[in-house]
Amino acid sequence: MSLSLQEVKRVAWLARIEITDAEAEAAQGHLNGIFQLIEQMQSVETDGVAPMAHAQDVVQRLREDQVTEIDQHAAFQAIAPQVEGGLYLVPQVIE
Amino acid sequence: MLNVTLKQLGLELAQKKISSVELTQLHLDRIARIDPVLNAFITIDRERSLAQARAADALIAAGKAQPLTGIPIAHKDIFCAKGWLTTCGSKMLANFVSPYDAHVVERFNACGAVVLGKTNMDEFAMGSSSETSFRGPVRNPWDPARVPGGSSGGSAVAVAARMAPAAIGTDTGGSIRQPAALSGICGIKPTYGVVSRYGMIAFASSLDQGGPMAKCAEDLALMLNVMAGFDARDSTSLARAAEDYARALDAPLHGLRIGVPQEYFGAGLDADVAVAVEAALTQIEKLGARRVAISLPNSGLSVPAYYVIAPAEASSNLSRFDGVRYGYRAPQYTDLVDMYCKSRAQGFGAEVKRRILIGTYVLSHGYYDAYYLKAQKIRRLIAQDFAKAFEQCDLIMGPTAPSVAFALGAKATDPVQMYLNDIYTVAANLAGLPAMSIPCGFGEGGMPVGLHVVGNYFTEARMLNAAHQYQRATDWHTRAPRESV
Repeated sequence: MSLSLQEVKRVAWLARIEITDAEAEAAQGHLNGIFQLIEQMQSVETDGVAPMAHAQDVVQRLREDQVTEIDQHAAFQAIAPQVEGGLYLVPQVIE
Repeated sequence: MLNVTLKQLGLELAQKKISSVELTQLHLDRIARIDPVLNAFITIDRERSLAQARAADALIAAGKAQPLTGIPIAHKDIFCAKGWLTTCGSKMLANFVSPYDAHVVERFNACGAVVLGKTNMDEFAMGSSSETSFRGPVRNPWDPARVPGGSSGGSAVAVAARMAPAAIGTDTGGSIRQPAALSGICGIKPTYGVVSRYGMIAFASSLDQGGPMAKCAEDLALMLNVMAGFDARDSTSLARAAEDYARALDAPLHGLRIGVPQEYFGAGLDADVAVAVEAALTQIEKLGARRVAISLPNSGLSVPAYYVIAPAEASSNLSRFDGVRYGYRAPQYTDLVDMYCKSRAQGFGAEVKRRILIGTYVLSHGYYDAYYLKAQKIRRLIAQDFAKAFEQCDLIMGPTAPSVAFALGAKATDPVQMYLNDIYTVAANLAGLPAMSIPCGFGEGGMPVGLHVVGNYFTEARMLNAAHQYQRATDWHTRAPRESV
């Protein structure tokens, strides 16, 4: 598996990371090297093997439907880049 | 004072031979003197640490001391600590003063330990050398021209250079064990689910585990007693009966079966490391253990599978860094999407971006089955290999890393060369098994070598027992590098 420059840029877009042409070229070389490593996975047969997402055979714990969180937005917003009236400010989204 | 165990420090504090303030001051002074060269710490806050030390002295005076009360401990800068700058080694969080404490930090605070400082690390825990931090590389105190290993390099160096009596780190693919090996100290990654990940900045959530780093097995046990336990705020935290990890330290090793995987001693392992590890295995046999040849047939696939799963999970976890609620926001942008793209491009370093790109690709439409799902199946095969092996042995041992510490910059140009440092460590993360590294000798250039120990699920006490008995018969773990200044 080998990525084209166009694919590198597409993936950077999916990840919302700005990338220049020069950076994409440099990244392409490194990424293709890593894909060569990953390609070794294809050397083993895995039909019928159940995928493993988690070490322990557990299920999501449930809890009582009760409010347990307290309002800490002042503390959390104290470190935000831009806030006003309890809202996080970002560039306008809706025309 | 700098080379004694945590238990001994506790006694000195209880007997009023030293106060927590004096002990903390001693370490802060040492950090001020030698850390400018080693760069193990990102943040020191003398006043905050000394205030905690004063509170600890009051507890000791009132007869309310616990084993770690008054003892200064270094925290990897991946653990959120309320009021402390918590950067995760990244420009993305260069201004992030955490509004809350990680579960593990709460535990140490509750038992009266002192936060000595926040240690340097590979950015977002992605690395095996501690070279990618936005604050510059950490240096190995045994040879400052070499790396200390990573990503918990700062914590490893803090202990190795005796700047901290103990430290905490995190391990996703070997990031506690490999720097412990390269820096000549002890470190353990517990069974997945034993230490809460709440407040531990996420890299790969199905692999991440926090754990202790210290000078000996007994110290690791005392630290683990504080760190381990159920936390409702971590949905993967396991509810189990409380354990005293020091309870079996003195058990004899007669009858202990040590599995030595044939796959670990072939190509890729440096001869000097093999010699030191072989000597350790012989020593452990002398203590009554029996060696058993075992096979972990899918070992060779653990690094490829890891470098699919870890980046995939990282790409998801790091999507929260968008310049909106905290962390770095680009100074110039045209619209919201441009703000995301520029903030992330400017805030993340090259290795982090590489892993996000890999992860995004393997999870994207059309590639998920061939990569992510395939890697999850290989993960199952690797876990099954271990399960079979543990039918024939109690502990699996081998080298922690394929070589001793390498020179700064030596592996910086080819990511794959860096990734191959993880060949012995990642399998334990994939399977969720507890794994530990302890010093077992020296190799090329007088650099430390680590012995890797993997146990079955929840067998940390037995692993620490084997390490403790080995450390009673040898003195590798007491060796410290010459004064750096």
